[in-house]
Amino acid sequence: MSGGHSTYSPKTGIGRWIDARMPLPRLVHDSFVSYPVPRNLNYAYTFGGILSIMLVAQILTGVVLAMHYANDTTLAFQSVEKIMRDVNSGWLLRYMHSNGASFFFIAVYIHIMRGLYYGSYKAPRELLWILGCIIYLLMMATGFMGYVLPWGQMSFWGATVITGFFTAIPLVGEWVQQLLLGGFAVDNPTLNRFFALHYLLPFMIAGVVVLHVWALHVTGQTNPTGIEVKSKTDTVAFTPYATIKDGFAMVVFLAVFAYFIFYIPNFLGHPDNYIQADSLKTPAHIVPEWYYLPFYAILRAITFNIGPIDSKLGGVLAMFGSIAVLFVVPWLDTSKVRSAVYRPWYKLFFWLFVINAIFLGWLGSRPAEGAYVIMSQLATLYYFAFFLVIMPVLGLIETPRRLPNSITEAVLEKNKSGSAHPAGATAAPETRG
Amino acid sequence: MSATDTSEPNRRDFLYVATGMAGAVGAAAVAWPFIDQMRPDASTLAASSIEVDVSSLTPGMSLTVKWRGKPVFIRNRTPEEIKAAQEVPMADLKDPVARNANISSDAQATDIDRTAGEGKENWLVMVGVCTHLGCVPLGQQGDFGGWFCPCHGSHYDTAGRIRKGPAPENLHIPNFQFISDTTIRVG
Repeated sequence: MSGGHSTYSPKTGIGRWIDARMPLPRLVHDSFVSYPVPRNLNYAYTFGGILSIMLVAQILTGVVLAMHYANDTTLAFQSVEKIMRDVNSGWLLRYMHSNGASFFFIAVYIHIMRGLYYGSYKAPRELLWILGCIIYLLMMATGFMGYVLPWGQMSFWGATVITGFFTAIPLVGEWVQQLLLGGFAVDNPTLNRFFALHYLLPFMIAGVVVLHVWALHVTGQTNPTGIEVKSKTDTVAFTPYATIKDGFAMVVFLAVFAYFIFYIPNFLGHPDNYIQADSLKTPAHIVPEWYYLPFYAILRAITFNIGPIDSKLGGVLAMFGSIAVLFVVPWLDTSKVRSAVYRPWYKLFFWLFVINAIFLGWLGSRPAEGAYVIMSQLATLYYFAFFLVIMPVLGLIETPRRLPNSITEAVLEKNKSGSAHPAGATAAPETRG
Repeated sequence: MSATDTSEPNRRDFLYVATGMAGAVGAAAVAWPFIDQMRPDASTLAASSIEVDVSSLTPGMSLTVKWRGKPVFIRNRTPEEIKAAQEVPMADLKDPVARNANISSDAQATDIDRTAGEGKENWLVMVGVCTHLGCVPLGQQGDFGGWFCPCHGSHYDTAGRIRKGPAPENLHIPNFQFISDTTIRVG
């Protein structure tokens, strides 16, 4: 690991015995106790830790819900209602799980935006970024299949629309769709396989998370200045500094999570999913879960044929492309400066991108007609232009602000200008950023 | 390495390659059942056909029946609807192909080729699944008085032909026939 040689020294006899055979305590100590982190990390950097506990929470609640859920189209809907009404604490566990998915995505979106803002994807962290993109893809697949399980109207029709994407593939599309569905329409075989995969994928996510953290600990964390760690004064020990900061952020995040669970548990859901699935009746507006809405808006924005590509395939390609483009971000950004803090123009375009993404999400919840279609097309255009035009071009023409020589210098400079801080506190590592 | 260095491939090279090939073929052979099991099973595939009594359908009435897990629309069209569909120039059609399983696959999407044929132009039998992403369109709605898919805004005309919106094809027409004057067999 980048922290140099290990500082772990077991104090007990049994500790030494284990260390000589399978040094797991040493790995934990080096990774989460003595591991050096930049001293200037802000709260945007706490979402990695928050995401880990959300994954654990989802797996725990999911495993116990599976003990009460009946995986059959004739029973699934009633079994979920049974969990809500009859199973002891079932309502709480289900609300934790369903709202947990939403909060998982809130955290991952902040985490991704943090990465885009501070240039966390740049060399040498390309693989770290790509592993994150893979986790995000797996999360989307898991969330989608989980939403099908309660077998409500939105479950059924969401599954119909999303598996319908694959019919857009030329020649083999129908075959692939039937392979996914196990039939000609969403039905019992579909529910069975989605349940099996919904149970499997979180463990695959956990596996990729291990690789993600491994890659992180090889390169070390970025920080708001984007300057690499150069000396020992640039860092503090993971424990207690990062542990406490992460812990405090988790408490605040979980407090908001708890508010949703106990006071507005269905705020992020859709009432139509409390109507049992009906294969002959499509709801007036099929709306996916909120965290897919921006991509849904991009799918629907392509209403025209592009050369040999018809509008349907075009929409599906644009939607998958909007995620695929994330994978190549490390090579699209040509700027030598990592952090947006020192890139005035990039900062502006970044915040426009965030607003645009939220706007796309809102458009995804609107019906696909009239002015909404045009607005979706413009917002989709900016989404892609941000990655494919602004990122490469801006890096070449933008004049960045002067970079400090080190993290320590940046911290001291910042504290000097802020007159509220007593001068003596500036050198102390626990100074708040 | 040096001891086995020869310019010609020897027996050991052959064994390495042969073993590797056998392993690759074996892995593929084992992988196939895992993929194959996902395809529609025998009970799903079992040829299903349904017979529908349409004697109660007067012009302007529709019936939705379930066939292979999908809705099938059967509509007795009004003379106005037939006239509207017949007057559409072929150049206005987004999808010029009839998509009718009962006639040749390259037939034009004329009104007559979308229906039950000569003398039964009023009967329209279609799979009620939007060719975009599989929603069920709503009848007698949209800009062309035919079908409108609420999911992504596809408009179909009174012959079930796509006229506007993201759907690429006309609503599909399944195999069907009138087995008597008032009974249709679908499938």
